[in-house]
Amino acid sequence: MRTLRGASAIVGVADDVSPTGELDRHGRELEAAMIKAALDDAGLEVADVDGVCHAESSMALAEYLGIHPRFTDSTMTGGSSYEVHVEHAAAAIAAGLCDVVVGVYASTPRGDRARGRPSSRRMPPGPNPMAEWEWPYGLRMPMGPYALAATLHMHRFGTTSEQLAQIAVSTRQWAAMNPRARYRTPLSVADVLASPLQCEPLHLLDCCLVTDGAGAFVMTSADRAGDLRRPPVYVLGAGTCHDHMMISQMPDLTLTPGAVSGAQAFAMAGIKPGDVDVLMSYDSFTITALLHLEDLGFCAKGDGGPFVEDGKLGPGGSLPTNTNGGGLSYTHPGMYGMFLIVEAVRQLRGECGPRQVDQAEVAVAHGSGMVLSCMSTIVLGTAGTLS
Amino acid sequence: MSDPGSETPKRLEPPVTEASQPFWDATRERRLLLPWCTTCERPFFYPRDVCPVCLRTSFEWREASGGGVVYTYTVEHRPQPSFSADPYIVALVELDEGVRLMSNIVGCLPDEVAVGMAVQVTWEPLSDGRNLPLFERVNRAGVAR
Repeated sequence: MRTLRGASAIVGVADDVSPTGELDRHGRELEAAMIKAALDDAGLEVADVDGVCHAESSMALAEYLGIHPRFTDSTMTGGSSYEVHVEHAAAAIAAGLCDVVVGVYASTPRGDRARGRPSSRRMPPGPNPMAEWEWPYGLRMPMGPYALAATLHMHRFGTTSEQLAQIAVSTRQWAAMNPRARYRTPLSVADVLASPLQCEPLHLLDCCLVTDGAGAFVMTSADRAGDLRRPPVYVLGAGTCHDHMMISQMPDLTLTPGAVSGAQAFAMAGIKPGDVDVLMSYDSFTITALLHLEDLGFCAKGDGGPFVEDGKLGPGGSLPTNTNGGGLSYTHPGMYGMFLIVEAVRQLRGECGPRQVDQAEVAVAHGSGMVLSCMSTIVLGTAGTLS
Repeated sequence: MSDPGSETPKRLEPPVTEASQPFWDATRERRLLLPWCTTCERPFFYPRDVCPVCLRTSFEWREASGGGVVYTYTVEHRPQPSFSADPYIVALVELDEGVRLMSNIVGCLPDEVAVGMAVQVTWEPLSDGRNLPLFERVNRAGVAR
């Protein structure tokens, strides 16, 4: 395989969340603020930008910002869109199609509701098979599909609700060290199990938040990255795979396409799971995070429950995971993948204060889109990993 | 569709597409049809204009046995607006013919359902004369219990 390893770098990031879960700004104004902040972080100007990524319309965004990009990407794969955007931008930069790419996300479900603004959520165009083959049966979205996966995982491998709950507990321990997190109060396994059942076997505290949030990244070539404001965070590997759109079409509800995307990204980066210092893996639900651990090879298929039981995902554990507090406790505006990238970059730049992972050199951002449908894996590394 | 004024909540009723018309027509006679690709000699689901294995358009409708097993399930504890207030079971059912579809398991308490449980199709009338395929628990001989 031709490689993207070390050809490009993330040179600027920004995000905006609030412990209240609500932001004052919204829409394009918020997106523009994120892009400006990420460009400032990098020490670049909007005039330097010649590539734009957006999960809805890169054309509308570019027009609003006055950018005339040579590289444009409106790929929409749900919450993994931003990992896919990094992958595509890395490929475009490596091929010489463009030089500086920005990607952005903003969503304000709480603020929209509070201010009576129309919801920004849209249905896909055209005939919708979900309306015909799933909606009549009352499966609650988005937790229902993940509950179906959790039931089967428990049946096949003996995974317990306590083991799933431990993921929420470990993630909350990280959030306690992040003053910007939505929830910071310590949590116990008993607390998770005592929270109301939503879609059995998932409890309320197995589920991600609903908050406002926004973020952006800036990427450029490895050549140019070295001259900018911050230490470059290099893209070492990337991979994407999807194997269904709606949950009733998923080939195996205990095996995600992350097994494909992860293997490709790790091979390109030349790393093994044991080389990963920080894992940022999409935790829409506790079961989502557990499936990622297995499919990325941190443990064998089916062993996710015993693997997380000792709290190794939390502070001081052997696999620091979702160190910002995750979708479970930091923020989850709907398509959370951008925040995986932002935190991975900040960890590799050593900017995370009390929650900083010592000597973090390799981080993985693993996005999950729709209903376990599209996985995209990005391996990132410091300059030290290039030699 | 759900009518806020009515006392009994009603389901969201599935739309019909050109590709699925034969499927829904057969439900009027309480028959469960599957599209079979005549090249691959296997059924596929959901109905669409091409076989998702070979992309050929030559397929025919064949009646399914109506039997299957629960592949996985969830119990909804926060019912959707068009459903009654009691917890209900949403499942993926694997039919004897090998395809999987979403449905509800009825006539069975939430704590009685299990992965691998044998089920048989049963029908719930829709407002336009079609019937919606639901599934109920059966014993090994295929008799509802």
